[in-house]
Amino acid sequence: MECVFGLVGNGFAIVAADTSAVHSILVHKSNEDKIMVLDSHKLIAASGEPGDRVHFTEYIQKNVALYQFRNGIPLTTAAAANFTRGELATALRKNPYSVNILLAGYDKETGPSLYYIDYIATLHKVDKGAFGYGSYFSLSMMDRHFHSGMSLEEAVDLVDKCIIEIRTRLVVAPPNFVIKIVDKDGAREYAWRESIKDMSVISS
Amino acid sequence: MSIFEYNGSALIAMVGKNCFAIASDRRLGVQLQTIATDFQRIYKIHDKVFLGLSGLGTDAQTLYQRLVFRHKLYQLREERDMKPETFASLVSALLYEKRFGPYFCQPVIAGLGDEDKPFICTMDSIGAKELAKDFVVAGTASESLYGACEAMFKPDMEPEELFEIVSQALLSSVDRDCLSGWGGHVYVVTPTEVRERILKGRMD
Repeated sequence: MECVFGLVGNGFAIVAADTSAVHSILVHKSNEDKIMVLDSHKLIAASGEPGDRVHFTEYIQKNVALYQFRNGIPLTTAAAANFTRGELATALRKNPYSVNILLAGYDKETGPSLYYIDYIATLHKVDKGAFGYGSYFSLSMMDRHFHSGMSLEEAVDLVDKCIIEIRTRLVVAPPNFVIKIVDKDGAREYAWRESIKDMSVISS
Repeated sequence: MSIFEYNGSALIAMVGKNCFAIASDRRLGVQLQTIATDFQRIYKIHDKVFLGLSGLGTDAQTLYQRLVFRHKLYQLREERDMKPETFASLVSALLYEKRFGPYFCQPVIAGLGDEDKPFICTMDSIGAKELAKDFVVAGTASESLYGACEAMFKPDMEPEELFEIVSQALLSSVDRDCLSGWGGHVYVVTPTEVRERILKGRMD
């Protein structure tokens, strides 16, 4: 089951997602990146139906880029979150997307922020958020250890605690996770946490 | 579980002497899981009209955005604010437009009308208005709220006493409902000022 979670620290926002692409009982691949870099200072961590997830996040990414081309300035994180919610809400009663989103971003004026967007387009600005079965463990872990203004070391430590908890307690726990952060220097990949590496083909 | 109980909510509006109070809980949940404890359900349309939206969070957000749009357009055309009675009729019309595919919300409207006479009303999800002279309630805790308000209400209360009564009625009712709670948000509105207060109740 897909696990996505994230939190806001001191001048940065960090999100982690599992990297398993699963179809029924089969794991197609364990290095699927589910956190898309929306633009220079935004990340979109998505979970849900694979086709909808990729299609919808790419659609948002291209529209955010279009806004920047047309208007010469990038969207703020709040604006991008509201745009995403609008698209989900419009599609909800016609052709709904089954995608849950955590949108993390950094704005010069307002600092880091994290937005929780449900698949039925419920939008809320949060300090910590999570989706999936893993959320039962990661949210509780974050409730216990989170405080506002955490340093990067503390936040990564908390993310690792959540990953360990998910691996220990979730029956079909995903083996690998990717962690990305966004701060004043931009959105980038921070680390992978792998317990199973994809085997490369052995040449005969 | 009913779609109206998906996110959980509790709303009260009560009339006092030349004033009114409107209060809500602060929980945003996804069925049994609590996502946030600072969710806003009451919106200010203008200084003398407040709107509370209970029910499904995404529809509450969409409906609020549509109503703000309509009210801003009204302000531009009429060069004045909407009266609460007019606003209630607007909400009712918008809801009935979607009679066969409704917004899953139950709104509570409270305002000061002509000569600052307090006005409150609620309606069901398809716009059937219910005007009341004393109090209106909405949300998952509505049955408890009816009981608590009926017991505690008396006519012509001053703002301070009104605040106490509304707060006690809200907190005691949400304590019996697992889907709402995590504090309260109370607005007491008189012709001269709006006082907004956050209540700390049982945080569970």
